[in-house]
Amino acid sequence: MPSLLDRLFGRVEKPAHTAKSRLKLVLMHDRADIPAPMMEEMRKEIIAVLSKYVVIDLEHLDVGIERAEGGVALVASIPIVRVNAEH
Amino acid sequence: MSENNTRVIVITSGKGGVGKTTTTANIGVALANMGEKVALIDADIGLRNLDLALGLENRIVYDIVDVVEGRAKLRQAMIKHKQSQNLALLPAAQTRDKSAVNPAQMRQLIEEIRAEGYTYIIIDCPAGIEQGFRNATAGATEAIVVTNPEMSSVRDADRIIGLLEAQDLRNPYLIVNRLRPKMVKSQDMLAVEDVQEVLGSNVKLLGIIPEDEVIITSTNKGEPASATEGSLAGQAYRNIARRLRGEEVPFLDLEERSGFFTRLKGLFGNKK
Ligand SMILES: Nc1ncnc2c1ncn2[C@@H]1O[C@H](COP(=O)(O)OP(=O)(O)OP(=O)(O)O)[C@@H](O)[C@H]1O
Ligand SMILES: [Mg+2]
Repeated sequence: MPSLLDRLFGRVEKPAHTAKSRLKLVLMHDRADIPAPMMEEMRKEIIAVLSKYVVIDLEHLDVGIERAEGGVALVASIPIVRVNAEH
Repeated sequence: MSENNTRVIVITSGKGGVGKTTTTANIGVALANMGEKVALIDADIGLRNLDLALGLENRIVYDIVDVVEGRAKLRQAMIKHKQSQNLALLPAAQTRDKSAVNPAQMRQLIEEIRAEGYTYIIIDCPAGIEQGFRNATAGATEAIVVTNPEMSSVRDADRIIGLLEAQDLRNPYLIVNRLRPKMVKSQDMLAVEDVQEVLGSNVKLLGIIPEDEVIITSTNKGEPASATEGSLAGQAYRNIARRLRGEEVPFLDLEERSGFFTRLKGLFGNKK
């Protein structure tokens, strides 16, 4: 709840403004909503590329979409076991 | 693809009840009264409504499914409007469902209507993103997205814009319907600029329709508001028709007409 002072000085965010910022966020998320099969394909390809250089701990690998402050990000946490000796 | 310059426009929204049917009827009548030869297709199979908006409900003999399934000729099913002689309606079937027609049949049907010499074919799309949407968009070459200045409607519009793009219907037109100028002024409702900003620059604003009681009374009478002078919504729809025909028409100042009383209040420096 905004305080009385906030309301007196018009520091309360207007409903239209709230709606606009909420919409912007939800649309960013909607637009980056990658279908599961595509996500899986992308994951496999990322692993394939990285495996040329490093050995990955597939058990603890995590790739996903995250809503960050400025927008939507593809966040990957890829634990490395060691450098790929064959490279 | 086509032998003549028929424009095939689908009117869609994603969310239900935002004004697709109202918009189809009003733009159709306005274009016809400007001399265009207009065919309207009610693609909302199972939920026939466009006939009511146009006052043609008592004249339906055959419908779109009868034509597709070969029980009637296209010309038998198309209903000519009484007042607007240039306007014809191909009604939806009321007792069938969306699966009674497929996209290939829709494309075929549109080619047939095109060959009849219409300059505009306007398709009233059902709500949703399923088969009804795919049917209604199948033969279209342009799209108009209708939205209300309201969260869920804008969100669904964004989804629809993405789906239209996937069907090669890029850069759709946008109509913002049911705008309340007073609420926009007090920043209680999203402004048209907000909606545009959120949806991005790939949509072209085609028109703004105010919330107007005339829409309800004119639907009750079966005479679209754009057919007669005197209402703001009707005027806004006529302007949309002119813009579609390539005319440069400034957007109505909806604010200015919000009534003598409010302007008077403004004069005395009323604080709210
Ligand atoms: N500008 C407006 N002012 C007032 N009422 C309106 C306005 N536009 C539409 N309406 C009303 O909103 C209701 C829904 O309109 P309409 O049937 O055109 O929507 P629709 O998008 O075709 O719905 P559906 O998704 O069910 O097909 C109707 O009762 C109509 O009279
Ligand atoms: Mg409708």
